[in-house]
Amino acid sequence: MKRLILAPFLVLLLALAAPSFAQNAPSQAGSGRGTVNAEEMELQRMLQGGRVEGRTSIPDARSEVLIQPQGKAWRDFHNITLAWVGGIAVGGMILILITFYATRGRITIEGGPAGRTISRFNILERANHWMVASSFIVLGLTGLNLTFGRHVLLPILGPYAFANISLWGKIAHNFVAFPFTLGIVVMLLLWVKDNIPNGRDIEWFKMGGGLIGKGHPRAGRFNGGQKMVFWITVLGGGIVAASGYFLIFPFWGEFGVADMQLAHIIHSVLSVLMVAAMIAHIYIGSLGMEGAFDAMGSGEVDLNWAKEHHGLWVEQEMAKARQVVAPSGVKPAE
Amino acid sequence: MARMKFLCDADRCIECNACVTACKNEHEVPWGINRRRVVTINDGKPGERSISMACMHCTDAPCAAVCPTSCFYTTADAVVLHDKDTCIGCGYCFYACPFGAPQYPRVGNFGGRGKMDKCTYCAGGPQQDNTAVEYTQYGSNRLAEGKLPLCAEMCSTKALLAGDGEMIATIYRERVQRRGYGSGAWGWRTAYRENITT
Ligand code: HEM
Ligand code: SF4
Ligand code: SF4
Repeated sequence: MKRLILAPFLVLLLALAAPSFAQNAPSQAGSGRGTVNAEEMELQRMLQGGRVEGRTSIPDARSEVLIQPQGKAWRDFHNITLAWVGGIAVGGMILILITFYATRGRITIEGGPAGRTISRFNILERANHWMVASSFIVLGLTGLNLTFGRHVLLPILGPYAFANISLWGKIAHNFVAFPFTLGIVVMLLLWVKDNIPNGRDIEWFKMGGGLIGKGHPRAGRFNGGQKMVFWITVLGGGIVAASGYFLIFPFWGEFGVADMQLAHIIHSVLSVLMVAAMIAHIYIGSLGMEGAFDAMGSGEVDLNWAKEHHGLWVEQEMAKARQVVAPSGVKPAE
Repeated sequence: MARMKFLCDADRCIECNACVTACKNEHEVPWGINRRRVVTINDGKPGERSISMACMHCTDAPCAAVCPTSCFYTTADAVVLHDKDTCIGCGYCFYACPFGAPQYPRVGNFGGRGKMDKCTYCAGGPQQDNTAVEYTQYGSNRLAEGKLPLCAEMCSTKALLAGDGEMIATIYRERVQRRGYGSGAWGWRTAYRENITT
C-alpha cells in the first residue's frame, strides 16, 4: 500500500531530475576528462575577478593568461572615467579662474610697490623651479595628448601627422621624465624645511589666504597655499614619477598585465589632477597677482609685496641682515 | 559579407602547437611574438583542456576603443586590423585586450616597444593586397586570395575552426550533439557577447 502511494512521487521526481540529468551525463561520460565550461568560467571571472590562466610552452608568463576580463574595466577607466575626471578637473579649474579674474580681478599690492626689493629665491632655486615647470608642461601636454588627442588633434591633423606628433610626444614624455624627477628631488631638499605645515597655515586657510577674504594672514617664507602647492608637487610628482617609470619598463620582473593597468590608473588620474592644480598655480604666479612673478623671474620681490604675503619671513630676513651688519655683542653706535 | 570568427574546440585540441608554428612560418613573425598560442588550463588535473588562442577579432573591439592614435579598423569581413604606420607602440591595446593578442617586438627600453603586432586573420593590413610592403609589415594575405587562416586550415584534429561565425557555430553544434559533450566556445562570451547553445 505504502509503495503504491510513493510510486507517483518517484515518477515525478525522476521527471523533474531528467532534464538536468540529460545535460550533465553525456559531458562526463563522453570525455572522461572532467567538465569545464567556457561560458561559466568567463562569466565567473568577469563577475568575481580573476583570470582564466593556464600553462603554455612559450617562456613568457604573459602568454599564460588566456582571458583577462579586467581589460574591460581598464578600457572603461581610460575612455570614460579618465576622460571625465580630466575634463572636469582641467576645464573646471579654467572656468573657476576665469570667474575669479572677472570678479576679483588682479590682486594688487595694497600699499603699492615700495620700489625697494628683497631677495627671495637664489639662482639655484629659480633654475630648478623652471626645470621642473618646463618639464611638467611637456609631460602634461604629451600625456594629455594620449587621453584627448584622438578627439581633438586627430580630426585636425589627419592620421599620419597626428601619429608622428604622438610618437615624438611619447619619446619626449619618456625622456623629459628624468629632468622632472631630478627637479622634484632637488626641490624637496631645497624647500622642505620651509614647508612643514604648522598652526599658522590653518589661520591662513581660515582667512581664505587673503584671496577671498579681507586682509593678509601672516605667513613665513611659504604660506598655507604655497605649502599645499609644494606638497602636491613633491608627493604627487613623486608618485606620478614612480608609476611612470613602472610604465616605462613594462612587465619588469614578475609584474603582469594587472600591475600595468593599476600603475597606469594611478599615473593618469594623479597627473590630470596635478595639471588642474598647476593651472591655478600658474595663474596666481603670473596674471593673478601683482608682483608674484618676480620671485621666480629675477628672484627679487618688492618689499611691500613681501610684507603683505610673507610678513614673518621679511622680519626674519631683516633680523638676519641686522646680524650681518651688527653682530650681537657689538653695540650700535649712539 | 561573412562575419569571420575563430572557434577552438578544446575537446579536440591535442596541444600539438602546429597552429602556432604554421602562423610563425607563414608570416615570418618576429622573434618573441606569438600571434597564436596554445594555453592548457587545469594542466594535469580533471578538467584539463588546451585552447588555441589568438586575436578573436572582437565585436566593438577593446583595442580599437583605447588606441590613442585610432590606428585600428574593421574590414567588411569583421576582421580587426591595424595600421603599423600610425601605431606608436604605447601598449594600451595590450592592457585592454581580453586575450593578450597585441604583442611588441621589443621589451621596454624607455617604452620603445616598436610597432604592435597581432593576428591579422591572415588578412594583411592597410597596404595594397599581397605586395612586398604588406608582407614585411603584416605577413601574407590569404583572405585576399580566397583562403582561410592557415592555422585553422592545417589543424590536424580540426579543433581550430575559422570562417563565418554562423557556419563554424553550426559545425561545432553538430559535433557536440553527435559526441554528446563540449566545453563550449572559448572566448566567445567575452569577444562577441554570445554563446553557442547546444
Ligand atoms: C616623471 C616621470 C614620468 C614618467 C616616467 C612618465 C611615464 C609615462 C608613461 C610610460 C606613460 C604611458 C604612455 C607611454 O608609454 O607613453 C605615461 C602616460 C601619461 N602621463 Fe606620464 N610620466 C611621467 C610624468 C608625468 C607628468 C608629470 C604628467 C602630468 C603632468 C604625466 C601625464 C601623463 C598622462 C596624462 C598620461 C596618459 C594618460 C592616458 O593614458 O590617456 N606624466 N606617462
Ligand atoms: S582579441 Fe584583442 S586585439 Fe583582437 S580584436 Fe579583440 S581586443 Fe583587439
Ligand atoms: S600600441 Fe599601437 S595599436 Fe596599440 S594602442 Fe598603442 S598606438 Fe594603438
